[in-house]
Amino acid sequence: MPGRHAAVDVRDLSKTFRVPRQHIMTLKERALHPFRRAQVDELHVLRDVSLQVLDGEFFGIAGRNGSGKSTLLKCLAGIYKADTGSIRIAGRLAPFIELGVGFNPDLTAHDNVVINGVMMGLSPAQARGRFDDVIAFAELEDFLDLKLKNYSSGMQVRLAFSLMVHSDAEMLLIDEVLAVGDAAFQQKCLDVFYALRDEGRTIVLVTHDMPMIERFCHRAMLLENGRVEALGDPQAVGRRYLELNFESRAEVPGAKTSGTGGATIADVWIEDDEGQRVPAVAHGQPFHVRATIDVHERIEHPDVHVSLTTDAAVHVFGTATSVGGDKPDAYEPGERLVVDIAADNQLGDGRYFVDVSVHRGGIGVAAFRGRAAQFVVFGAKAETGLVALPHTVTVERELERVP
Amino acid sequence: MSTQETLFELSPEAKEIRGPSAFGGGWRRFLYLTWMIGLTEYRLTYFGSALGYLWSLVRPLLLFGVLYVVFSQILEFGDEVANYPVLLLLNIVLFTFFTDAATRSVTSVVENEQMVRKMHFPRIVIPLAAVLTATLTLLLNLVAVFIFLLGYGVGPRPEWLLLPVLLAPLVMVTAGASMILSSLYVRYRDVAPIWAVLSTALFYASPVLYPVTSIPDGFERAALMNPIADLLTQTRRWIVDPSAPGAFDVIGGLPWALIPIAVFLAICVLGLVVFDRQAPKIAEQL
Repeated sequence: MPGRHAAVDVRDLSKTFRVPRQHIMTLKERALHPFRRAQVDELHVLRDVSLQVLDGEFFGIAGRNGSGKSTLLKCLAGIYKADTGSIRIAGRLAPFIELGVGFNPDLTAHDNVVINGVMMGLSPAQARGRFDDVIAFAELEDFLDLKLKNYSSGMQVRLAFSLMVHSDAEMLLIDEVLAVGDAAFQQKCLDVFYALRDEGRTIVLVTHDMPMIERFCHRAMLLENGRVEALGDPQAVGRRYLELNFESRAEVPGAKTSGTGGATIADVWIEDDEGQRVPAVAHGQPFHVRATIDVHERIEHPDVHVSLTTDAAVHVFGTATSVGGDKPDAYEPGERLVVDIAADNQLGDGRYFVDVSVHRGGIGVAAFRGRAAQFVVFGAKAETGLVALPHTVTVERELERVP
Repeated sequence: MSTQETLFELSPEAKEIRGPSAFGGGWRRFLYLTWMIGLTEYRLTYFGSALGYLWSLVRPLLLFGVLYVVFSQILEFGDEVANYPVLLLLNIVLFTFFTDAATRSVTSVVENEQMVRKMHFPRIVIPLAAVLTATLTLLLNLVAVFIFLLGYGVGPRPEWLLLPVLLAPLVMVTAGASMILSSLYVRYRDVAPIWAVLSTALFYASPVLYPVTSIPDGFERAALMNPIADLLTQTRRWIVDPSAPGAFDVIGGLPWALIPIAVFLAICVLGLVVFDRQAPKIAEQL
């Protein structure tokens, strides 16, 4: 469990990159235009970021592409120099932010382990002394004389991971580690994370992978456009991350409209229990699918269908106003309908689309909007499938085989 | 959700992270890193090939062979220079060290981009490791040169023990030039072709093919403004031909001798200053 002392203290950190329009400026250009300043774009990558990471804490940093999370990590590691603000760190910091940095593919595991150890601040003799432990942990005893370039990517990462575990660093900064490796290897990585966490090392992890953050991190932070968007409980940060990811896309991909034009489906949206429009719904929470429909022509024996589909266009769930018992003879021109479907969220994690259609007494479709809205479900316990049924699991073990 | 939380106390030993620098991160680690990277690079350069180390000797020997045939046999130059073949070989080995180290350094920082962008370490390690790699090659080549010297009949003399006094400033001025070149190359890629031309010009401008005493009167002094020229001239006197004049005498005594010393110091200091100024930004400019 994290202690009560801060291991990292960041105050009002800002970082701006000045990126020249044309990156490489040659001496000739300089000579020809000595007074012309290179045209630069200013990218405000970090703006007044403040945070604290506690001693022994597993801290996650999430954010979309370009949100500044990797830049923040590089500032922490001392690879980039911040423009303003201060960073103070207590404890020995691992000097690199990615696994296997500094590995030389033309050297054997032995040479790489020694060089990497030296990079982490050991003397060559100390690094050699740890070699056996590192190799044993990585389970690479049979491949000692192989050059690293002949290792599979999984073996390379295993070696890098093992080095990390066997380093003296009290604090690790890690950027997107689990991009490589098969499922079994990833499981091993997760075990390592648990082990490191239980050892009380302070870990700052930058990742896109929200389930990782929710699973491991004591606390997390969300960066958006270089600002701290959320900080604290990993679940809350994860929810905010999903919201950000989807609310910025006003256009739902693959949306389409058709029908004879007797009615217009004006708006479709998702609401939480308090009547707020939301882009994401936690598993197990009640939510509403709502739609407003403007009627232009008389529609006899109408029925409004609402269905939920996935990215792969799998029909997950459907209902209709007739199911709710609303079976009017007709909708009249000029009417505005508000359809509300209240449901309990038993869906599995993922993105869902809402299709809405207005049917005319079994003889046609007055209006149809495919993918009229989208929402994200998160927080389902089991990593099952499209639905996460409320369930319990028990196992009975009997010594005697039942005949 | 609020981003304002209770602030926890930071341990008093906490260190301020100020970003990357030329040095920084502890001297021990700095030395170990330079040594490991330089040695590794040396091993990879020569041990991956069938003839291994021999290649590092073949290059200066081949250059020596060609130049010797052209100058000594065809142009009949060097007859009046005592022990011209061994002098030529020694000069070539020393000068090749300078160009080899500097040429390795030019692209070294850019070639190690992955490390620079993903790891915190004293940036100056990179050009210094390149110089170290070249120095290891030089030391082995010198062993061959001295065997050659003895075989040629140039006897061992007490002055030979002064070799480190010649090599140390050579390595230092090489390191200075390497630091300037490697940090400039990050921003100006033209440095590579400019350096290729410049190093060739320096080869002919330095007394490698000819001793400084063969330069027409009045121009020796100008040639010796280049500290490498002084080192080669002094090397000739101490190692190859004790009757040859030393650099101090050729340049004409004290006030003049200060100029190459000033040039030498300027290159070393400029190297450190330029690299130190560039170091914090290298990772961003790559």
